[in-house]
Amino acid sequence: MPERRIRIMVAKPGLDGHDRGARILARAFRDAGYEVIYTGCHQTPEQIAAAAVQEDVDLVGLSCLSGAHGYLFPRVVELLKEKGAEDITVIGGGIIPDQDFQRLYDAGIKAIFTPGATLDSILDWIKNNLKPRE
Amino acid sequence: MTISTVEAEQLKKIKAGDVRTVSRLIRNLEDELPEARSALKRIFLDTGRAHVVGITGSPGAGKSTLVDALITSFRKKEKTVGVLAVDPTSPFTGGAILGDRIRMQRHAEDPGVFVRSLATRGALGGLAKAVGDAVHVLDVMGKEMILIETVGTGQQEVEIINHSHTVIVVLVPGMGDEIQAIKAGIMEIADIFVINKADRDGANQLANELGSMLNMAPAFPGGWQPPIIKIGNCFDPQSFTQSVEELATAIADHYRCLEETGLLGNRMKRKAMIEIGEALRDAILTPILREMTESGEMDIIAERLLRRESDPYTIAEEAARRYLR
Repeated sequence: MPERRIRIMVAKPGLDGHDRGARILARAFRDAGYEVIYTGCHQTPEQIAAAAVQEDVDLVGLSCLSGAHGYLFPRVVELLKEKGAEDITVIGGGIIPDQDFQRLYDAGIKAIFTPGATLDSILDWIKNNLKPRE
Repeated sequence: MTISTVEAEQLKKIKAGDVRTVSRLIRNLEDELPEARSALKRIFLDTGRAHVVGITGSPGAGKSTLVDALITSFRKKEKTVGVLAVDPTSPFTGGAILGDRIRMQRHAEDPGVFVRSLATRGALGGLAKAVGDAVHVLDVMGKEMILIETVGTGQQEVEIINHSHTVIVVLVPGMGDEIQAIKAGIMEIADIFVINKADRDGANQLANELGSMLNMAPAFPGGWQPPIIKIGNCFDPQSFTQSVEELATAIADHYRCLEETGLLGNRMKRKAMIEIGEALRDAILTPILREMTESGEMDIIAERLLRRESDPYTIAEEAARRYLR
Protein backbone atom coordinates (compact mmCIF):
# COMPACT_ATOMS: atom_id res chain seq x y z
CA MET A 1 0.00 0.00 0.00
CA PRO A 2 1.29 3.53 -0.63
CA GLU A 3 2.88 4.84 2.50
CA ARG A 4 4.40 8.19 3.36
CA ARG A 5 8.10 8.06 4.14
CA ILE A 6 9.17 10.82 6.51
CA ARG A 7 11.98 13.01 5.17
CA ILE A 8 14.22 14.99 7.51
CA MET A 9 16.88 17.53 6.72
CA VAL A 10 19.80 17.94 9.09
CA ALA A 11 21.54 21.24 8.55
CA LYS A 12 24.29 23.31 10.10
CA PRO A 13 23.76 27.02 9.62
CA GLY A 14 26.54 29.49 10.20
CA LEU A 15 30.23 29.30 10.63
CA ASP A 16 30.91 26.48 13.04
CA GLY A 17 32.42 23.38 11.51
CA HIS A 18 31.71 20.89 14.28
CA ASP A 19 29.31 18.49 12.65
CA ARG A 20 29.98 15.33 14.60
CA GLY A 21 26.74 15.74 16.49
CA ALA A 22 24.79 16.47 13.33
CA ARG A 23 26.21 13.38 11.67
CA ILE A 24 25.41 11.18 14.66
CA LEU A 25 21.85 12.47 14.57
CA ALA A 26 21.62 11.86 10.83
CA ARG A 27 22.72 8.30 11.43
CA ALA A 28 20.20 7.85 14.26
CA PHE A 29 17.40 9.15 12.04
CA ARG A 30 18.48 6.74 9.30
CA ASP A 31 18.39 3.87 11.76
CA ALA A 32 14.90 4.94 12.82
CA GLY A 33 13.77 4.48 9.22
CA TYR A 34 13.68 8.10 8.07
CA GLU A 35 15.14 9.49 4.88
CA VAL A 36 17.74 12.02 5.93
CA ILE A 37 19.15 14.77 3.77
CA TYR A 38 22.39 16.13 5.15
CA THR A 39 23.62 19.37 3.65
CA GLY A 40 27.00 19.75 5.36
CA CYS A 41 28.58 22.61 7.28
CA HIS A 42 28.66 26.37 6.74
CA GLN A 43 25.21 26.82 5.29
CA THR A 44 23.36 30.10 5.09
CA PRO A 45 19.72 30.11 6.23
CA GLU A 46 18.85 30.91 2.60
CA GLN A 47 20.57 27.74 1.35
CA ILE A 48 18.91 25.65 4.05
CA ALA A 49 15.41 26.95 3.33
CA ALA A 50 15.83 26.54 -0.44
CA ALA A 51 17.09 22.98 -0.02
CA ALA A 52 14.30 22.08 2.42
CA VAL A 53 11.68 23.14 -0.12
CA GLN A 54 13.37 21.38 -3.05
CA GLU A 55 13.66 18.21 -0.99
CA ASP A 56 10.09 18.46 0.34
CA VAL A 57 11.13 17.52 3.86
CA ASP A 58 8.77 17.24 6.84
CA LEU A 59 11.32 18.39 9.39
CA VAL A 60 14.43 20.54 9.47
CA GLY A 61 16.83 19.89 12.35
CA LEU A 62 19.28 22.76 12.83
CA SER A 63 22.53 22.38 14.72
CA CYS A 64 24.54 25.35 15.89
CA LEU A 65 27.41 25.40 18.35
CA SER A 66 28.72 28.88 17.66
CA GLY A 67 26.24 30.97 19.60
CA ALA A 68 24.58 32.50 16.54
CA HIS A 69 21.36 30.48 16.95
CA GLY A 70 19.49 33.64 17.97
CA TYR A 71 19.70 34.93 14.42
CA LEU A 72 20.13 31.76 12.34
CA PHE A 73 17.27 29.61 13.65
CA PRO A 74 14.48 32.22 13.41
CA ARG A 75 15.76 33.27 9.99
CA VAL A 76 15.27 29.74 8.62
CA VAL A 77 11.68 29.72 9.91
CA GLU A 78 11.08 33.13 8.37
CA LEU A 79 12.45 32.10 4.96
CA LEU A 80 10.38 28.92 4.93
CA LYS A 81 7.31 31.04 5.58
CA GLU A 82 8.25 33.33 2.69
CA LYS A 83 8.42 30.30 0.44
CA GLY A 84 4.96 29.16 1.52
CA ALA A 85 6.50 26.28 3.42
CA GLU A 86 5.50 27.14 6.97
CA ASP A 87 4.21 23.58 7.36
CA ILE A 88 7.78 22.32 7.56
CA THR A 89 8.60 21.78 11.24
CA VAL A 90 11.86 23.29 12.47
CA ILE A 91 13.72 22.09 15.56
CA GLY A 92 17.16 23.05 16.79
CA GLY A 93 20.02 21.95 18.95
CA GLY A 94 23.49 22.88 20.10
CA ILE A 95 24.99 25.11 22.74
CA ILE A 96 21.91 27.13 23.60
CA PRO A 97 21.54 28.93 26.95
CA ASP A 98 18.26 28.37 28.81
CA GLN A 99 17.39 32.05 28.66
CA ASP A 100 17.25 31.90 24.84
CA PHE A 101 14.68 29.11 24.69
CA GLN A 102 11.55 31.21 24.90
CA ARG A 103 12.68 33.59 22.20
CA LEU A 104 13.36 30.67 19.86
CA TYR A 105 10.01 29.06 20.67
CA ASP A 106 8.33 32.39 19.98
CA ALA A 107 10.11 32.54 16.63
CA GLY A 108 8.61 29.19 15.64
CA ILE A 109 11.28 26.68 16.66
CA LYS A 110 9.21 23.71 17.86
CA ALA A 111 11.79 21.99 20.08
CA ILE A 112 15.30 22.61 21.37
CA PHE A 113 17.83 19.98 22.41
CA THR A 114 21.03 20.81 24.21
CA PRO A 115 24.12 18.77 25.18
CA GLY A 116 23.08 15.76 27.21
CA ALA A 117 19.85 15.21 25.30
CA THR A 118 19.65 11.50 24.49
CA LEU A 119 19.08 10.25 20.97
CA ASP A 120 15.98 8.49 22.29
CA SER A 121 14.53 11.73 23.62
CA ILE A 122 14.96 13.35 20.20
CA LEU A 123 13.52 10.35 18.34
CA ASP A 124 10.60 10.23 20.78
CA TRP A 125 9.85 13.87 20.17
CA ILE A 126 9.75 13.26 16.45
CA LYS A 127 7.59 10.17 16.80
CA ASN A 128 5.10 12.02 18.98
CA ASN A 129 5.02 15.34 17.16
CA LEU A 130 5.71 14.80 13.52
CA LYS A 131 3.22 13.49 11.03
CA PRO A 132 4.16 13.32 7.38
CA ARG A 133 2.27 16.11 5.70
CA GLU A 134 -0.87 15.41 3.67
CA MET B 1 -12.61 22.18 -7.93
CA THR B 2 -12.84 19.03 -9.93
CA ILE B 3 -9.86 16.73 -10.22
CA SER B 4 -9.10 17.87 -13.73
CA THR B 5 -9.04 21.55 -12.79
CA VAL B 6 -6.74 20.74 -9.85
CA GLU B 7 -4.46 18.93 -12.27
CA ALA B 8 -4.59 21.74 -14.81
CA GLU B 9 -3.65 24.19 -12.06
CA GLN B 10 -0.82 21.91 -10.99
CA LEU B 11 0.49 21.60 -14.54
CA LYS B 12 0.45 25.37 -14.91
CA LYS B 13 2.47 25.78 -11.71
CA ILE B 14 4.99 23.16 -12.76
CA LYS B 15 5.47 24.82 -16.12
CA ALA B 16 5.97 28.13 -14.32
CA GLY B 17 8.73 26.47 -12.30
CA ASP B 18 6.97 26.49 -8.92
CA VAL B 19 9.42 24.64 -6.67
CA ARG B 20 6.91 23.60 -4.03
CA THR B 21 4.56 22.03 -6.53
CA VAL B 22 7.39 20.21 -8.27
CA SER B 23 9.00 18.87 -5.11
CA ARG B 24 5.65 17.80 -3.70
CA LEU B 25 4.69 15.97 -6.87
CA ILE B 26 8.03 14.13 -6.92
CA ARG B 27 7.42 13.18 -3.29
CA ASN B 28 3.97 11.89 -4.14
CA LEU B 29 5.39 9.89 -7.02
CA GLU B 30 7.99 8.37 -4.72
CA ASP B 31 5.28 7.50 -2.22
CA GLU B 32 3.20 6.10 -5.07
CA LEU B 33 0.06 8.09 -4.40
CA PRO B 34 -2.60 7.35 -7.01
CA GLU B 35 -3.30 11.06 -7.67
CA ALA B 36 0.36 11.59 -8.54
CA ARG B 37 0.15 8.86 -11.11
CA SER B 38 -2.92 10.48 -12.51
CA ALA B 39 -1.17 13.87 -12.76
CA LEU B 40 1.66 12.24 -14.65
CA LYS B 41 -0.70 11.17 -17.42
CA ARG B 42 -1.16 14.77 -18.44
CA ILE B 43 2.41 15.82 -17.71
CA PHE B 44 3.86 13.11 -19.91
CA LEU B 45 2.39 14.70 -23.01
CA ASP B 46 4.59 17.77 -22.54
CA THR B 47 7.86 15.93 -21.96
CA GLY B 48 10.74 15.22 -24.32
CA ARG B 49 12.64 18.50 -24.40
CA ALA B 50 15.43 17.99 -21.90
CA HIS B 51 18.83 16.45 -22.50
CA VAL B 52 19.12 13.77 -19.83
CA VAL B 53 22.64 12.88 -18.71
CA GLY B 54 23.35 9.91 -16.45
CA ILE B 55 26.43 9.85 -14.25
CA THR B 56 27.53 6.59 -12.70
CA GLY B 57 30.61 5.14 -11.04
CA SER B 58 31.84 3.58 -7.82
CA PRO B 59 31.22 5.11 -4.37
CA GLY B 60 33.60 7.98 -3.75
CA ALA B 61 34.63 8.28 -7.40
CA GLY B 62 33.63 11.95 -7.32
CA LYS B 63 30.25 11.87 -9.04
CA SER B 64 28.62 14.54 -6.87
CA THR B 65 31.58 16.87 -7.19
CA LEU B 66 31.47 16.44 -10.96
CA VAL B 67 27.74 17.13 -11.02
CA ASP B 68 28.37 20.29 -9.05
CA ALA B 69 31.02 21.40 -11.53
CA LEU B 70 28.79 20.56 -14.49
CA ILE B 71 25.96 22.64 -12.99
CA THR B 72 28.33 25.61 -12.88
CA SER B 73 29.37 24.99 -16.47
CA PHE B 74 25.80 24.70 -17.78
CA ARG B 75 24.69 27.76 -15.85
CA LYS B 76 27.48 29.80 -17.45
CA LYS B 77 25.92 28.83 -20.77
CA GLU B 78 22.55 29.95 -19.37
CA LYS B 79 21.04 26.52 -19.42
CA THR B 80 18.70 25.55 -16.61
CA VAL B 81 19.59 22.39 -14.70
CA GLY B 82 17.69 19.71 -12.80
CA VAL B 83 19.53 17.15 -10.71
CA LEU B 84 18.28 13.83 -9.36
CA ALA B 85 20.80 12.35 -6.95
CA VAL B 86 20.23 8.80 -5.75
CA ASP B 87 21.65 7.28 -2.56
CA PRO B 88 20.95 3.86 -1.06
CA THR B 89 18.16 2.91 1.34
CA SER B 90 19.02 0.69 4.29
CA PRO B 91 17.79 -2.84 3.64
CA PHE B 92 17.18 -3.21 7.38
CA THR B 93 15.44 -0.04 8.53
CA GLY B 94 14.22 1.56 5.30
CA GLY B 95 16.07 4.72 6.32
CA ALA B 96 18.62 6.50 4.18
CA ILE B 97 21.27 9.19 4.33
CA LEU B 98 21.12 11.33 1.24
CA GLY B 99 24.39 13.21 1.11
CA ASP B 100 25.05 13.99 -2.54
CA ARG B 101 23.60 17.42 -2.09
CA ILE B 102 26.42 18.52 0.20
CA ARG B 103 28.63 19.02 -2.85
CA MET B 104 26.00 21.03 -4.70
CA GLN B 105 24.72 23.39 -2.00
CA ARG B 106 26.33 26.46 -3.54
CA HIS B 107 23.64 26.24 -6.22
CA ALA B 108 20.79 25.97 -3.69
CA GLU B 109 19.62 29.53 -4.15
CA ASP B 110 19.92 29.64 -7.94
CA PRO B 111 16.36 29.51 -9.32
CA GLY B 112 17.76 27.96 -12.51
CA VAL B 113 18.83 24.87 -10.59
CA PHE B 114 16.66 22.26 -8.89
CA VAL B 115 18.32 19.49 -6.91
CA ARG B 116 16.40 16.57 -5.48
CA SER B 117 17.78 13.60 -3.54
CA LEU B 118 16.10 10.24 -3.86
CA ALA B 119 16.58 7.04 -1.87
CA THR B 120 16.64 3.74 -3.75
CA ARG B 121 13.86 2.26 -1.56
CA GLY B 122 14.82 -1.26 -2.51
CA ALA B 123 15.22 -0.72 -6.26
CA LEU B 124 18.19 -2.51 -7.76
CA GLY B 125 20.06 -1.24 -10.77
CA GLY B 126 21.53 1.87 -9.16
CA LEU B 127 18.47 4.13 -9.31
CA ALA B 128 15.22 4.73 -7.46
CA LYS B 129 11.92 3.60 -8.91
CA ALA B 130 10.62 7.16 -9.17
CA VAL B 131 13.58 8.45 -11.19
CA GLY B 132 11.87 8.05 -14.55
CA ASP B 133 8.79 9.91 -13.33
CA ALA B 134 10.86 12.64 -11.68
CA VAL B 135 12.74 13.19 -14.95
CA HIS B 136 9.39 13.87 -16.64
CA VAL B 137 8.45 16.41 -13.97
CA LEU B 138 11.77 18.29 -14.26
CA ASP B 139 11.48 18.20 -18.03
CA VAL B 140 8.07 19.88 -17.92
CA MET B 141 9.39 22.28 -15.28
CA GLY B 142 11.60 23.50 -18.12
CA LYS B 143 14.98 22.21 -17.03
CA GLU B 144 17.09 21.95 -20.17
CA MET B 145 19.79 19.73 -18.74
CA ILE B 146 18.79 16.94 -16.36
CA LEU B 147 21.61 15.19 -14.53
CA ILE B 148 20.92 11.84 -12.88
CA GLU B 149 23.51 10.71 -10.39
CA THR B 150 23.26 6.99 -9.59
CA VAL B 151 24.17 5.38 -6.29
CA GLY B 152 27.80 4.31 -6.11
CA THR B 153 27.81 1.43 -8.54
CA GLY B 154 29.86 -1.68 -9.02
CA GLN B 155 29.83 -3.67 -12.19
CA GLN B 156 26.29 -4.39 -13.04
CA GLU B 157 24.00 -1.47 -12.17
CA VAL B 158 23.25 -0.38 -15.71
CA GLU B 159 19.68 0.83 -15.40
CA ILE B 160 20.86 4.39 -15.98
CA ILE B 161 20.98 3.69 -19.73
CA ASN B 162 17.21 3.34 -19.74
CA HIS B 163 16.74 6.88 -18.50
CA SER B 164 19.49 8.92 -20.15
CA HIS B 165 20.48 10.15 -23.56
CA THR B 166 24.12 10.36 -22.55
CA VAL B 167 25.83 8.12 -20.00
CA ILE B 168 29.04 9.14 -18.24
CA VAL B 169 30.99 6.44 -16.41
CA VAL B 170 33.33 7.90 -13.80
CA LEU B 171 36.42 5.84 -12.99
CA VAL B 172 39.34 6.48 -10.67
CA PRO B 173 42.88 5.12 -10.96
CA GLY B 174 43.80 2.09 -8.92
CA MET B 175 40.51 0.22 -8.98
CA GLY B 176 41.77 -2.96 -10.59
CA ASP B 177 43.75 -4.48 -13.42
CA GLU B 178 43.14 -4.66 -17.12
CA ILE B 179 40.67 -7.52 -16.74
CA GLN B 180 38.21 -5.12 -15.11
CA ALA B 181 38.24 -3.06 -18.30
CA ILE B 182 37.04 -5.93 -20.47
CA LYS B 183 34.30 -7.20 -18.19
CA ALA B 184 30.68 -6.91 -19.23
CA GLY B 185 28.31 -4.49 -17.57
CA ILE B 186 29.04 -0.95 -16.58
CA MET B 187 32.12 -0.61 -18.78
CA GLU B 188 29.96 -1.17 -21.83
CA ILE B 189 27.40 1.53 -21.21
CA ALA B 190 29.56 4.65 -21.32
CA ASP B 191 29.11 7.27 -24.00
CA ILE B 192 31.81 9.22 -22.22
CA PHE B 193 34.47 7.98 -19.80
CA VAL B 194 35.83 10.22 -17.09
CA ILE B 195 39.04 9.32 -15.33
CA ASN B 196 38.58 11.31 -12.17
CA LYS B 197 41.29 12.21 -9.66
CA ALA B 198 43.63 11.90 -12.62
CA ASP B 199 46.46 13.53 -10.68
CA ARG B 200 46.84 10.21 -8.88
CA ASP B 201 49.19 7.40 -9.88
CA GLY B 202 47.85 5.03 -12.47
CA ALA B 203 45.71 7.50 -14.43
CA ASN B 204 47.68 7.10 -17.63
CA GLN B 205 47.70 3.35 -17.34
CA LEU B 206 43.94 3.35 -16.86
CA ALA B 207 43.53 5.62 -19.90
CA ASN B 208 45.65 3.24 -21.99
CA GLU B 209 43.67 0.20 -20.89
CA LEU B 210 40.39 1.94 -21.63
CA GLY B 211 41.73 3.02 -25.00
CA SER B 212 42.64 -0.51 -26.02
CA MET B 213 39.31 -1.80 -24.72
CA LEU B 214 37.53 0.75 -26.90
CA ASN B 215 39.66 -0.15 -29.91
CA MET B 216 38.38 -3.69 -29.68
CA ALA B 217 34.78 -2.72 -29.13
CA PRO B 218 32.41 -3.03 -32.06
CA ALA B 219 31.81 0.27 -33.81
CA PHE B 220 29.47 2.46 -31.82
CA PRO B 221 26.22 3.38 -33.52
CA GLY B 222 26.38 6.68 -35.36
CA GLY B 223 30.17 6.56 -35.46
CA TRP B 224 30.42 7.96 -31.95
CA GLN B 225 33.81 7.43 -30.30
CA PRO B 226 33.47 7.50 -26.50
CA PRO B 227 36.04 10.04 -25.37
CA ILE B 228 38.17 9.44 -22.30
CA ILE B 229 38.41 12.63 -20.30
CA LYS B 230 40.91 13.02 -17.48
CA ILE B 231 39.86 15.30 -14.67
CA GLY B 232 42.39 16.21 -12.01
CA ASN B 233 42.24 17.46 -8.45
CA CYS B 234 39.26 19.75 -7.84
CA PHE B 235 41.41 21.85 -5.49
CA ASP B 236 43.42 22.94 -8.51
CA PRO B 237 40.62 25.11 -9.86
CA GLN B 238 42.13 26.18 -13.16
CA SER B 239 42.91 22.77 -14.62
CA PHE B 240 39.80 21.29 -12.98
CA THR B 241 37.48 23.83 -14.59
CA GLN B 242 39.22 23.37 -17.91
CA SER B 243 38.73 19.60 -17.95
CA VAL B 244 35.12 19.96 -16.78
CA GLU B 245 34.59 22.25 -19.78
CA GLU B 246 36.02 19.50 -21.96
CA LEU B 247 33.46 17.13 -20.44
CA ALA B 248 30.62 19.60 -21.00
CA THR B 249 31.65 19.90 -24.64
CA ALA B 250 31.72 16.12 -25.02
CA ILE B 251 28.20 15.95 -23.54
CA ALA B 252 26.93 18.50 -26.07
CA ASP B 253 28.79 16.74 -28.92
CA HIS B 254 27.23 13.43 -27.99
CA TYR B 255 23.73 14.87 -28.03
CA ARG B 256 24.38 16.44 -31.42
CA CYS B 257 25.64 13.10 -32.72
CA LEU B 258 22.45 11.41 -31.46
CA GLU B 259 20.32 14.05 -33.15
CA GLU B 260 22.17 14.06 -36.46
CA THR B 261 22.25 10.29 -36.84
CA GLY B 262 18.65 9.74 -35.77
CA LEU B 263 19.83 7.70 -32.79
CA LEU B 264 18.07 10.04 -30.40
CA GLY B 265 14.80 8.60 -31.69
CA ASN B 266 16.06 5.06 -31.02
CA ARG B 267 17.05 5.89 -27.48
CA MET B 268 13.73 7.61 -26.82
CA LYS B 269 11.92 4.60 -28.20
CA ARG B 270 13.90 2.22 -26.00
CA LYS B 271 13.00 4.41 -23.05
CA ALA B 272 9.35 4.46 -24.09
CA MET B 273 9.20 0.67 -24.30
CA ILE B 274 10.72 0.31 -20.85
CA GLU B 275 8.24 2.81 -19.46
CA ILE B 276 5.38 0.84 -20.97
CA GLY B 277 6.77 -2.33 -19.40
CA GLU B 278 7.01 -0.67 -16.00
CA ALA B 279 3.55 0.83 -16.25
CA LEU B 280 2.12 -2.55 -17.21
CA ARG B 281 3.82 -4.19 -14.27
CA ASP B 282 2.38 -1.51 -11.98
CA ALA B 283 -1.08 -1.77 -13.51
CA ILE B 284 -1.30 -5.56 -13.62
CA LEU B 285 1.17 -7.21 -11.29
CA THR B 286 1.03 -4.86 -8.32
CA PRO B 287 -2.74 -5.21 -7.72
CA ILE B 288 -2.55 -8.99 -8.10
CA LEU B 289 0.30 -9.25 -5.60
CA ARG B 290 -1.52 -6.93 -3.24
CA GLU B 291 -4.73 -8.95 -3.39
CA MET B 292 -2.89 -12.23 -2.92
CA THR B 293 -1.01 -10.82 0.05
CA GLU B 294 -3.98 -9.17 1.71
CA SER B 295 -6.24 -12.19 1.30
CA GLY B 296 -3.63 -14.39 2.97
CA GLU B 297 -3.28 -16.49 -0.16
CA MET B 298 0.41 -15.67 -0.41
CA ASP B 299 1.10 -17.21 3.00
CA ILE B 300 -0.77 -20.37 2.09
CA ILE B 301 1.08 -20.69 -1.21
CA ALA B 302 4.44 -20.12 0.46
CA GLU B 303 3.68 -22.88 2.97
CA ARG B 304 2.74 -25.21 0.14
CA LEU B 305 6.02 -24.49 -1.61
CA LEU B 306 7.94 -25.13 1.58
CA ARG B 307 6.28 -28.55 1.85
CA ARG B 308 7.08 -29.11 -1.84
CA GLU B 309 3.40 -29.68 -2.61
CA SER B 310 3.57 -27.33 -5.57
CA ASP B 311 6.05 -25.19 -7.50
CA PRO B 312 6.18 -21.45 -8.24
CA TYR B 313 5.64 -21.95 -11.97
CA THR B 314 2.37 -23.85 -11.66
CA ILE B 315 1.13 -21.35 -9.10
CA ALA B 316 2.00 -18.43 -11.38
CA GLU B 317 0.22 -20.06 -14.30
CA GLU B 318 -2.87 -20.67 -12.16
CA ALA B 319 -2.87 -17.07 -10.96
CA ALA B 320 -2.46 -15.78 -14.51
CA ARG B 321 -5.44 -17.85 -15.65
CA ARG B 322 -7.51 -16.54 -12.78
CA TYR B 323 -6.63 -12.84 -13.08
CA LEU B 324 -5.86 -12.31 -16.75
CA ARG B 325 -8.77 -13.61 -18.69
